[in-house]
Amino acid sequence: MESTTSIIPPEGMQLVYERPKALVDVHTHYCPGCTHGVAHRLLAEAIDELGVREKTILVAPVGCSVFAYAYFNTDGCEAAHGRAPAMATGIKRIDPSRVVVTYQGDGDLAAIGTAEIIHAAARGECITTLFINNAIYGMTGGQMAPTTLLGQKTKSSPMGRDAKIAGLPIRMSEVLATLPGSAYIVRRSLHDVNNIRKAKKAIVTALKAQINGLGFSMVELLSSCPTNWGIPADKALEWVEENMVPYYPLGDYKVIEAVKSL
Amino acid sequence: MAKEMLKGNNAIAEAAVRAGLEAYFGYPITPQTELLEYLSKRLVELNRVFLQAESEVAAINMVYGAACAGARVMTSSSSPGISLMQEGLSYIAGSELPVVIVDIMRGGPGLGNILPSQGDYFQVTRSAGHGDFHPIVLAPSSVQEAIDFTILAFELAEKYRHMVLLAADGQIGQMMEPAELPPMRPLMEKRPDWALTGAGDRPPNIISSIFLVAEEMENYNKMIQNKLKVIRANEQRWDEIYTEDIDLLVVGYGTAGRIALTAVEEAREEGMKVGLLRPQTLYPFPDDRISELADYVDSVLVVEMNAGQMLDDVRLAVGGQVPVSFFGRMGGVVPMPDEIYNAIKEAYTKTTAHKAA
Repeated sequence: MESTTSIIPPEGMQLVYERPKALVDVHTHYCPGCTHGVAHRLLAEAIDELGVREKTILVAPVGCSVFAYAYFNTDGCEAAHGRAPAMATGIKRIDPSRVVVTYQGDGDLAAIGTAEIIHAAARGECITTLFINNAIYGMTGGQMAPTTLLGQKTKSSPMGRDAKIAGLPIRMSEVLATLPGSAYIVRRSLHDVNNIRKAKKAIVTALKAQINGLGFSMVELLSSCPTNWGIPADKALEWVEENMVPYYPLGDYKVIEAVKSL
Repeated sequence: MAKEMLKGNNAIAEAAVRAGLEAYFGYPITPQTELLEYLSKRLVELNRVFLQAESEVAAINMVYGAACAGARVMTSSSSPGISLMQEGLSYIAGSELPVVIVDIMRGGPGLGNILPSQGDYFQVTRSAGHGDFHPIVLAPSSVQEAIDFTILAFELAEKYRHMVLLAADGQIGQMMEPAELPPMRPLMEKRPDWALTGAGDRPPNIISSIFLVAEEMENYNKMIQNKLKVIRANEQRWDEIYTEDIDLLVVGYGTAGRIALTAVEEAREEGMKVGLLRPQTLYPFPDDRISELADYVDSVLVVEMNAGQMLDDVRLAVGGQVPVSFFGRMGGVVPMPDEIYNAIKEAYTKTTAHKAA
């Protein structure tokens, strides 16, 4: 496979940082300030580090990351809304030696696809899920998500999310950690460099858990959506830290012993 | 191989295994559950893939995934379950994947009941999911045909990279009769070139049903329509008996077609010039042959276990050349041969009276 990097180091200089081999050299369609690009890069770096690009199959969701498969230099497919864990199950069961990753947003995973994610985790399906939680429906233009915070204004909660009407936001990592089939369930955030590095480490561990056949693994990533939140990109990252992290505490919700010793 | 007493659902399951079925994903629903139960043992014994999903929605999406991975894969359900699978069927149609779906139809609408019905003719032939597509639909009328059509379903699915629906009413699934199973075929040796197997050192394979540009979506649609045109030209299947020199043609499929044969034979003993055409493919519908027969019969009677759905296809094939009448029972009621005989007699009397006048 030829290198996908577009960076040619100047003469006499050494290349120390480049595009991961698992990423395709194209512009993404994501909005400025959106953290999908960061999440994509972290997943691609993790795939490169583990040397599994050639056997990885990515299942893209319905949502802003509907075209995720087009940005990865791996085999990929596009699931129906919420059904990525079921589709990934079908793929993984046919060839368990493949590395199967679902990339899902909060509407996809925590609303319409709740049954599929819960049962994939309950079965201990050896797949890895990246769960992008940005507390809003991005692709349809900013409606309330199951993870939208109380009081948060969206196009379908214009006066702010009201618990009496819409109930309380759902914490999926906590839910999935209760299931015996889950091996590694953690929540990280993409709002600053330190947290991005921790997120990367978690993604590597999650993939390792899968490769070693230890069960279901998921990394939830608190993410920003400046466009639909209606705030500037830098303020959006602050908003993640100030509003999302308190309701969605960062940390390890389930790490089975076998994963700890990886 | 010798004939043995086989229950329809079990026979379909074993026929699928012998056709080289590699993976099955399903959900229990009467009257197809024996099929799932049978495979839960048989496939596991053979070290193949069996999984009971959390819903029909999940089952069909597991099938979607397994088909993407290049496996010979199947699911089965009954009417309400097929309704739930329609989302996945549409995505599978939008991704050009070969899968086999068994629908052991029961009485509806709603939760309905668990009795044999053909009330889902429109669902399987017309509205298997959103968007412009039709599955190939095979309609067996005996356990033997259920076996043969299961084998055929996989052949057609792979030949055309298209979904094939085996649509049998609950009677076919539940009854036992002597039938012969085919020899075991080997599993698929090599994954298709388009399958998701990991990119290795080739460019990535992508399977998706999204085409945001209207012209691209239209081109995909044209490709499906062209394929369906070939399917319509090559795959119309039917069985006919006593169709020479007749005044009245009876058309019925599945269990209704089988009971209609008894009634037709009784009518012929009474001297009525009547014959039977039994569609074996509901899509593509055998309209060429029905159109030919309409040239020389005086009228057509359609018999179904529904309110008259295939009736529309027969009318389209007949094209107004002769009158088309209908007899049907609904909601899980299976017609008795006498009822169909009476409908034949009525249609026949009208026809001959009209002719005499």
